[in-house]
Amino acid sequence: MTMTYDDTVMIAVEALTKSFTLHLQGATHIPVLGRMDFALSAGECAVLDGPSGAGKSTLMRCIYANYLPQQGRVLIRHDGALADITHAEPRTILDIRRRSLGYVSQFLRVIPRIPTLQLVMEPLLTLGVAEEEARTRAATLLARLRIPERMWHLPPGTFSGGEQQRVNIARVLVVDYPVLLLDEPTASLDADNRQTVVELVTEACARGAAIVGIFHDALVRDAVATRVISVTPHDRAAA
Amino acid sequence: MSTQLPTQIPTGGYNFAYLDEQTKRMIRRAILKAVAIPGYQVPFGSREMPLPYGWGTGGIQVTAAIIGPEDTLKVIDQGADDTTNAVNIRSFFQKTTGVATTEKTREASLIQTRHRIPETALSEGQIMVYQVPIPEPLRWLEPREGETRKMHGLAEYGVMQVKLYEDIAHYGHISTAYDYPVRVNGRYIMSPSPIPKFDNPKMDNSPALQLFGAGREKRIYAIPPYTSVKSLDFEDHPFEIETWDGACAICGATDSYLDEIVTDDTGGRIFVCSDTDYCGERVEAGHKGADDEEKAA
Amino acid sequence: MNKLLQVHDLTKTYGARTGCANVSFDLYPGEVLGIVGESGSGKTTLLRCLSAQLEPSAGTVAYDMRVKGLTDIWSLSEPERRMLTRTDWGIVHQNARDGLRMEVSAGANVGERLMAVGARHYGNIRTEAEDWLTKVEIDTGRIDDLPASFSGGMQQRLQIARNLVTQPRLVFMDEPTSGLDVSVQARLLDLIRTLVSRLGIACVIVTHDLGVVRLLAHRLMVMRRGQVVEQGLTDQVLDDPQHAYTQLLVSSILPV
Repeated sequence: MTMTYDDTVMIAVEALTKSFTLHLQGATHIPVLGRMDFALSAGECAVLDGPSGAGKSTLMRCIYANYLPQQGRVLIRHDGALADITHAEPRTILDIRRRSLGYVSQFLRVIPRIPTLQLVMEPLLTLGVAEEEARTRAATLLARLRIPERMWHLPPGTFSGGEQQRVNIARVLVVDYPVLLLDEPTASLDADNRQTVVELVTEACARGAAIVGIFHDALVRDAVATRVISVTPHDRAAA
Repeated sequence: MSTQLPTQIPTGGYNFAYLDEQTKRMIRRAILKAVAIPGYQVPFGSREMPLPYGWGTGGIQVTAAIIGPEDTLKVIDQGADDTTNAVNIRSFFQKTTGVATTEKTREASLIQTRHRIPETALSEGQIMVYQVPIPEPLRWLEPREGETRKMHGLAEYGVMQVKLYEDIAHYGHISTAYDYPVRVNGRYIMSPSPIPKFDNPKMDNSPALQLFGAGREKRIYAIPPYTSVKSLDFEDHPFEIETWDGACAICGATDSYLDEIVTDDTGGRIFVCSDTDYCGERVEAGHKGADDEEKAA
Repeated sequence: MNKLLQVHDLTKTYGARTGCANVSFDLYPGEVLGIVGESGSGKTTLLRCLSAQLEPSAGTVAYDMRVKGLTDIWSLSEPERRMLTRTDWGIVHQNARDGLRMEVSAGANVGERLMAVGARHYGNIRTEAEDWLTKVEIDTGRIDDLPASFSGGMQQRLQIARNLVTQPRLVFMDEPTSGLDVSVQARLLDLIRTLVSRLGIACVIVTHDLGVVRLLAHRLMVMRRGQVVEQGLTDQVLDDPQHAYTQLLVSSILPV
């Protein structure tokens, strides 16, 4: 069965099934996602909805190819065509991530010792953006996210949770990725910063990005969502 | 070189030139191979000789293998014919072969040497025999014999430049003064034995056959007549020989390798030719040293 | 893009004992492959086979030669293979003493590869050596010092400079950061990562440290008892390990 999609579709999730087998715990089998199907077009912001433990983050990670699904596949618009990221070679996955797919994870995970500004510039530099332009764009975004300039030249390792989260957001949103995955980007932010993130997400949608997000904050969710995709635990979905 | 057996054994009980004929043949085969591959170290079955390693056992075996009754032998040590080692080796061959000996470079058909090449230009038909303590120029950076052989085989000679690089980095110039590495016939890197680099240019395109023997290390190598011998260097630090401000105190020579001699315990010193034959010839021809000229004036 | 390295069914046995068995993979220009596994898993044997230090018992290692294209390295003549390993390849050893000439200066260590390929201008060699010392964050004032007077981290950085000076396209690294203090390790990792990505060098890194591969490697191969038990994108293998052994490795990381 091959689905056909029109040119505006940016993400297509087909029959996605994900379970974990814990070999160290007597091969315990934990089903998480069962046959998820949806497609998302440019300018859409889909918010994943479901109880804690339903597999929202797992779905997000399968889309990012960080987790390997047992069945089904995920297609991402890359270089004009829909690419199967689930079955791609590692170097293709990395190329899709570098140019087409941005992912704000729950926690900042970076190499120690690198200054914040450099971290935020880096995705631009790897895309071939000139050093000066990359610096300006990174600085503008950090300022907008209220990271004080005196902290730009420090590595974020010692920053507070909220500051690290904002660096994490800046590092992704500095590039205009056509597809964005946001895993609770506002979890530890105050009201002002939450509002900034809402604006950034809205702007991304307006420029035509397709976004999949997890937002626990109902205000944020209502502000950005163009549709809601419900994720239900696998056993119930199968029933 | 003569393969003809001598009719008379000069010293009772010993074969001509001490070594037995089979051993000489073995060494000659090694020499022929060495001549055929200029600069390549040919292994040979080095024999026990009646003198210690380091005193010239390799040179003596090469000389013994090629000397014939008609040869005229000259032996030098540090340029001099009258030092212990030179005197002993010369008398060894006098006793075991009965050949004529000389101190004159021009008259010798065979010259065994340690540390110098005579100042007087060599001519066709002459043979130089060098005593070599360490034949492997790559040894200082590569202790494994198998690996140095491979490096020679593949002409991987980068490490020799590393040695010269280190000289310049530490002293501002190439400070290697003895045993200065050379490339023979555009191919093999060769140790010229511990001669001063002053003598290196004399090896290049020499009309004489040059043979090198290392007794302890059991290696023979050669430079056939009229073969290119180039001293290694850098484009911006070209090879240079030593120069002296003064002249020989005895003969006034300014073109020869000078030894410094301390004359008293108050810092007095003079420079004299290391090549005693060359110096003597010049004195005979009427040249005078700086000291003599001062006295005469 | 052409494959840089193509490994097919590579096997190395020592008598009845297996070093590594039936390893196959392709490596593309600029790709960093991490090989992980515990001591004795065969990862170092594999690295030595890949880097022409050890002849495999079976299988092929083909490299995209600059002139001839993809060529089995064991079909090359020995001079060609030796030339390849010291120009287009680099090998960074676990112990700097195995990869450096300890008896000559830092500058000579960096300059040696240049001299080996025919550089004969002292001034140029020195300028290049200074340039590389700067790139690996070693003060150029130390250029004439012996590596023995360097710290462990500096020795590793010098080893990297010595290898990269001929601009290789493929570098093999065997536990490049083990034996270093954690802070020194972080600095070295950052340096390797920056140089490798800026110069577009492909890399095969053997390590037992999963933190190292998470930072450096694009993809991973997990080895156990000479076999590759799992391979794939680095974060996928580490975050969603499929094989029991990989799950054990990942779950054995001490939390900080």
